[in-house]
Amino acid sequence: MTTATTSTSKVAADSVGGSLRFYGIWLIGIFVLIVLPMIFSSGGSLTSFSLIGIAIVFALSYNILLGQTGLLSFGHAVHYGLGGFAACHMMNAVVSHGWPIPLPFIPLFGGLGGLVFAMIIGWVMTKRAGTVFAMISLGIGELVASSSLILRSVFGGESGITTDRTALPKLLGWSFGPQLQVYYLIAFWLVLSAIAMYALTRTPLGRICNAVRDNPERVQFIGYDPHVVRYIAFCFAGFFAGIAGGLAAINFEIANSAYLGAIQSGLVLFSTFIGGTAYFFGPILGAILVTYLQLGLTNLTTAWQLYFGIIFIGIVMYAPGGIAGLLMMHRPLIRAGTLWTVIPSYLLAIVPTVALACGVILTIETVARFSGGDPINLFGIAFNPTSPVTWIAAAVLVVGGGFVARLTWQRIAEAWDRAATVARDRGYLA
Amino acid sequence: MLELIVISTLNGVLFGMLLFLLSSGLTVIFSMMGVLNFAHASFYMLGAFFGFQLTKWIGFWPALVLAPLLVGAIGMAVERYGLRNTHKHGHVAELLLTFGLAFAIEEIVSMIWGKSPLDYRVPALLDFPAFTIFSTNYPAYKIFMLAVSVIIFVALLIVLKRTRVGLVVQAALTHPHMVGHLGHNVGRVFMAVFGVGSALAALAGVIAGPALVTQSDMAASLGPILFVVIVFGGLGSLPGAFIASLVIGLVQTFAVALDGSLASAFGPLDPSAGPSVLTDVWNVTIAQVAPIVPYLLLVIILIVRPMGLMGTRES
Amino acid sequence: MSGAVSGMSGAVSEKSAAIEVRAVEKRFGNVGIIRDLNLSVAKGERHAVIGPNGAGKSTTFNLISGHIAPTSGEVKLNGDRISGLRPFEINRRGLSRSFQVTNVFARMTVWENVRCAVLWATGHRYAFWKNVDSLPEVRARTAQILDDIHLTHRRDVPAGLLTYAEQRELEIGITIASGATVVMLDEPTAGMSNAETERAVALIRRLTEGKTLVIVEHDMSVVFGLADRISVLVYGHIIASGTPEEIRRDPKVKEAYLGEEAH
Repeated sequence: MTTATTSTSKVAADSVGGSLRFYGIWLIGIFVLIVLPMIFSSGGSLTSFSLIGIAIVFALSYNILLGQTGLLSFGHAVHYGLGGFAACHMMNAVVSHGWPIPLPFIPLFGGLGGLVFAMIIGWVMTKRAGTVFAMISLGIGELVASSSLILRSVFGGESGITTDRTALPKLLGWSFGPQLQVYYLIAFWLVLSAIAMYALTRTPLGRICNAVRDNPERVQFIGYDPHVVRYIAFCFAGFFAGIAGGLAAINFEIANSAYLGAIQSGLVLFSTFIGGTAYFFGPILGAILVTYLQLGLTNLTTAWQLYFGIIFIGIVMYAPGGIAGLLMMHRPLIRAGTLWTVIPSYLLAIVPTVALACGVILTIETVARFSGGDPINLFGIAFNPTSPVTWIAAAVLVVGGGFVARLTWQRIAEAWDRAATVARDRGYLA
Repeated sequence: MLELIVISTLNGVLFGMLLFLLSSGLTVIFSMMGVLNFAHASFYMLGAFFGFQLTKWIGFWPALVLAPLLVGAIGMAVERYGLRNTHKHGHVAELLLTFGLAFAIEEIVSMIWGKSPLDYRVPALLDFPAFTIFSTNYPAYKIFMLAVSVIIFVALLIVLKRTRVGLVVQAALTHPHMVGHLGHNVGRVFMAVFGVGSALAALAGVIAGPALVTQSDMAASLGPILFVVIVFGGLGSLPGAFIASLVIGLVQTFAVALDGSLASAFGPLDPSAGPSVLTDVWNVTIAQVAPIVPYLLLVIILIVRPMGLMGTRES
Repeated sequence: MSGAVSGMSGAVSEKSAAIEVRAVEKRFGNVGIIRDLNLSVAKGERHAVIGPNGAGKSTTFNLISGHIAPTSGEVKLNGDRISGLRPFEINRRGLSRSFQVTNVFARMTVWENVRCAVLWATGHRYAFWKNVDSLPEVRARTAQILDDIHLTHRRDVPAGLLTYAEQRELEIGITIASGATVVMLDEPTAGMSNAETERAVALIRRLTEGKTLVIVEHDMSVVFGLADRISVLVYGHIIASGTPEEIRRDPKVKEAYLGEEAH
C-alpha cells in the first residue's frame, strides 16, 4: 500500500522482495483488523473502530475522484446516503419477504444504490471537470438532500428509515446483534473494498484516470475521451461510497437525510485531503485521524469543527500532499541515509510549534467559553476565559511561539534542502 | 392574485438584486484570478453580523459603511496571505482553501454569536410602510434595499465602463489569459478586486440582515444558490450573472408564495393506494419545492446548455 | 523516400493521400485565421509546413487533429472525412500529433506517460478488469519506445521533473506510441540547443520511418534536411508547395518569407 499511485512503473511484483513486502503490508493490515478488538475490547472502542472502518471505505471511494481523476466533489455524500437508504430498504424487504439473504450481502445493495444514481446523474455531471464540476456536485448534493425531505415515502422525512439488522437470516450462527460481529462485518467489507479500489488504480482505466487528472487535453490525443473516463471513475466512486453508506446503515440501523448532507460531504473531503490524495494509503490515514478527532474532540470542546477547519487550511496552504505526502517526502532521504541530518532541526522546532498550537487553542477556547465562563483545561492547567491572565498567556504563546516557530521552520527548510541535495547526488531523488 | 404577482415581483427583483451584489463580485474575482471563492457567501454573512454588532455600538448608518470596509480588509488579507501563497498549487487548492475558510468562518461566527437568529432590527428611520398596494403594506426598508442595490449596480457599471481599473477588469473578463500581462502591479489589482468583491458581499449582508434572518448558517444556505447563479449564468459572464440572479430571485420568490400542489389542482389521489413516491409528489406544495428549484434549474441548464446562459468558457 | 511525389503540381491523387485538406476556412468571430487552405500529404511523405510567425501553422495543426473544427471546408485522413470529429476519434483512426508547448502528464512517470499512450492502440481502452502491469505487449512496446527516445534511464522520474529537452523527447515518444501511421509534430526542436536539435532530428527521422510525417518547424536546416516536400503558409493561405529545391527557388516564397528570415 505504500506504492505511490502515480509511480508503480517499478512494479512491486517484478521482484520477489518487492512482492513479499507488498503482500506483507496487506497481510499485516488484515492481521491488525482481526486482533484489534481483542486488544481493545470495550464497547466504546468497538464502536469507534466500526466508524473508522466505514470512514476509510468512504474516503477511499472519494479519492477515486479527487486523487485519481482530479475531480473535486462537494457532494460525494449523496452516494453514501443513497447507499444507506438502499441498504435499509433492502434489509426491510429481506425481512418482510423472507428472502434468504444474510446481512453480510447487504452492503452490496448499498453499493448498487450509489452506483445507480451515479450512472444516472454522472453523465451530465462529468461533462466538465475542474471548478464547474465542483459547483455542479455541490448543487446536485443540495438537490438530493432537499428532495429527500420531500419524498417522505422513500426517505422517511426527518426521522429517516429504521431497520433491524438482527431480523435477517443468520449466517454461520452470527446474528450481528453484538457490536463485535458488526465490527468484523465492516472489517471484512473494508478489506474487500480496499483491495478492489487498490486493484482499480492498477488497471488501464486507473492509469488513464491519472492521465485525465494531469492533462485532460492531451488524453484526447492518445485516443481517450476524458468525459467517458471521468464518468466511469464517477460510477466507481459512487459504488464504493454506497458500500460505505450500506455499512453505516447496518451499524446504526437507520438511514436519514443527514447521511446525504453537506456536512457528510465536507467531512469526507477533509479526511481525504488531510490524509493525502497522492498515495493510496493517504485517505486511510485521514479517515482514521478525522474520525478519531471527531469522536474525541466533541466531548472536549464545542469548537471542534473549527479545529478541523484550521487543520484543513493549514494542510492546503503548507502541505498540499497531506500527511501521506509529508511522510513519503522522507523516503528518498531514508534511502540516501541523510534523514539523520534533518532530525535535529525537527526536534528543535517541536517546542515553539507546540507553544504556538497551545496559544491558538487557548485563544479559540477563550472566545468559545467567554460568555459561559467554563474554565479551560489545557494539559492539566486551568485557565479562566474571562481573566486577562489567560488573554495575555494566549497572546504571548501565539506571538512569541509563532515568531520562534517560524525561525525553526526556516532551519528545517535549510536542513531539508541540504539533505535533499545529497539524496539527489546519490540518485535517490529526481 | 394580482396582488400576489405584484408583491412577489417586487420581492423577487429585490432578492435577485441582492444575489447580483454577491454574484457580480464572485464573477469578477473568478474571471480575473481563476478562483471560485467559496467563502464569498461567508463574507456576506460576516457583513450581516458585523452590521448587527456595529449597529448596536454605533448605529445603523455608520455600520452600513464600516462593516463592508472591515470585511473588505479581511478579504484583502485572505488574498494577500492565503490565496497568493496557495496559487502555486493550482486552482483546486485555492478552491479548497476558500472552502476551509468558509467552514472556519461559520464556526467562528457561531462561536461568538451563537447558533440562533439575532435580533437585527430595521433602523427606526426606515421602519414604516412605504406604500400600500391592495391590502399589503410594502415596507420602506425593502425599498431602501432595492435602492442601495440599484445604486451599487449603476456605480459598478460606471466603474467598469469609464475608469482605467474598469477597463482592466473588462479585459480580464474577455481575455482571462491576458491578466498575467497586466504588469508589475497585478498583485495589487488582485488584492483590490478581492477586497472590493468581499466588501460588496458584506454590504449585501448588512442591508439583508434586518430583512432576512441573521444566523450562523446563512452563508451555508445562500452559498450553494450563489454558485447555481454563476454556473447558470455562465462562469465569468457578468451579464449572465445579472440575468441568472434575477431569474433565480424571481423564480424562488414566486415558488415560496405559491401554495398550490398537484393535489389542489387535480384533486386528491385515491387514498386506498397508500403512500408512495407518487403521493409525495402529488401532495407537495410548490412552496415546499422552492428550496430545490434553483438546483433543478441547474440540472436543466447543464443538459440544455452546459456552458451556462451566457458562458463562453470551458473552465 | 518512399511515396515522395515528384513534379511541380503538388496535387496528389486522392488514393495515396494520407491527409487531404480542401478549402478549409477558420474564423474566430470576424477574423479569418485560415482562408482557403489546401494541403495534400502523400502516404509515407515527410512534409514540412513553414511560414512566418502568426501565419496559422499551429491553427492548421489544430484543424487537422480535431482540436478545433473548421468553419468550412473538409479534411480527409486516408480518404475518410475527419473534419468535425473529436480529437480522440481522429486519433483512433491513426493520426497522432505533438504539441508546441510541452504537453505531458506531469505527475506521472516517464514510463506511465508512454504506457498510457500505448493503451488504446493495444486494445485495452477503458478496461478495469486487467492488471496494467501484466500486459506483455503493452510492456514490450513501452520499453521499446523508451529505448527509442533514449529515456530508459529516466523511466521512474515524474515527467514534470525532466529537463526541457527530455520533455520534448517524451512528447515525441507519446505521439508515436500509439503506432499511428500519420504523425504530426509541432515545432519539435523549438528551444533546443544545436546538439539537442541534431539528436532530435535523427530521432524523428528514425521513428517516422515508413510513416507519414507532417512537421511545423522554424529551423530551416531541420526543414530542408528532413522534408520531402514543403508547404509555405502565409496569412492562413498556402502560397507554395513543392520539393525543397522548388521551394528554395520559388520567387513568391523568397519574397514572402525566406528573403527576410532565412540566414
